[in-house]
Amino acid sequence: MKLEILHELNAERAARRPVILVTDTENGEQRLVKAADFARDPLRTELEKQLRMGKSAGIEAGGRKLFLNVFAPTARMVVIGAVHISQALAPLARSLGYDVTIIDPRTAFASPERFPDIPLIAEWPDVALPPLNVDHYTAFVALTHDPKIDDPALLHAFERDCFYIGALGSRKTHAKRGERLRAQGARESDIARIHAPIGLPIGAVSPAEIAVAIMAEITAQLRLPPKEKEAAA
Amino acid sequence: MLNRDEDILKAAEDWHKAGHGVALATVVETWGSAPRPAGSSLVINDEGTFLGSVSGGCVEGAVVTEAMDVIESGKPKMLEFGVADETAWNVGLSCGGTIRVFVEKVG
Repeated sequence: MKLEILHELNAERAARRPVILVTDTENGEQRLVKAADFARDPLRTELEKQLRMGKSAGIEAGGRKLFLNVFAPTARMVVIGAVHISQALAPLARSLGYDVTIIDPRTAFASPERFPDIPLIAEWPDVALPPLNVDHYTAFVALTHDPKIDDPALLHAFERDCFYIGALGSRKTHAKRGERLRAQGARESDIARIHAPIGLPIGAVSPAEIAVAIMAEITAQLRLPPKEKEAAA
Repeated sequence: MLNRDEDILKAAEDWHKAGHGVALATVVETWGSAPRPAGSSLVINDEGTFLGSVSGGCVEGAVVTEAMDVIESGKPKMLEFGVADETAWNVGLSCGGTIRVFVEKVG
């Protein structure tokens, strides 16, 4: 591997930007393709597929044997609200490989006894969120039901283009939320990105079941191709 | 979006900067119950120090030996390990899988 390629690869990884290293395994020729450049790459279909799956694999293209080594950032989950659902959701997300952080300014909720081993920030979102560097590879879940806490957090999630944004609440609650967010300058397209009512409709009742519904919805958002994603939403 | 061997590629760069000859070994293909998925890597320097893994520890020794040749020659190599392949390699994967490992020089 050429030093320039290695250097660039490490820089992209440090910046949490996805890249795929394409290696001709017969002659050792290599090139690095940034996700932003996939669309104009001759291998775009394969590159997009492998990145979506987060999986490295060998392919044959134009009579050449190529290895596509996928470097995707570790997915993160930010949960607003140290509530009952979060107690089930945090360990579930962890088992799927997410780095989880929970934010709740209410110290009675955000207590280590309720969330053993999960990073907790007992601060308001405007203080807690900026240092976290929330990015596209973040699933953002707002569960407090309290507009003072959820709304500013959601505005932050829009700004950072999280791949999944979900918020707890009935259709009615969500309609009111939409009005409040609009009044605070959110665009219609941002509000449309919120998954609410949150989670796939599997008839979830208990907090743990709701956590499963949320996690399934996040997984669909992460892994399905765009067209099927629309159908699932 | 999987947890990856975060420091291996960083170590490759750092070792090279420190003046070492460095090789990178990457799992490019697996069959059966291979212990580490495609993309797993091992970085080796000219002192035989290595970091990371391409299997559960069964074939790393052989990969390190081959990597020394690659550092010397600068030519990449494809290695194959598997239980059924004992004539070519004295090491095998206890799990019964087969893996192909691409070894290349850094720099």
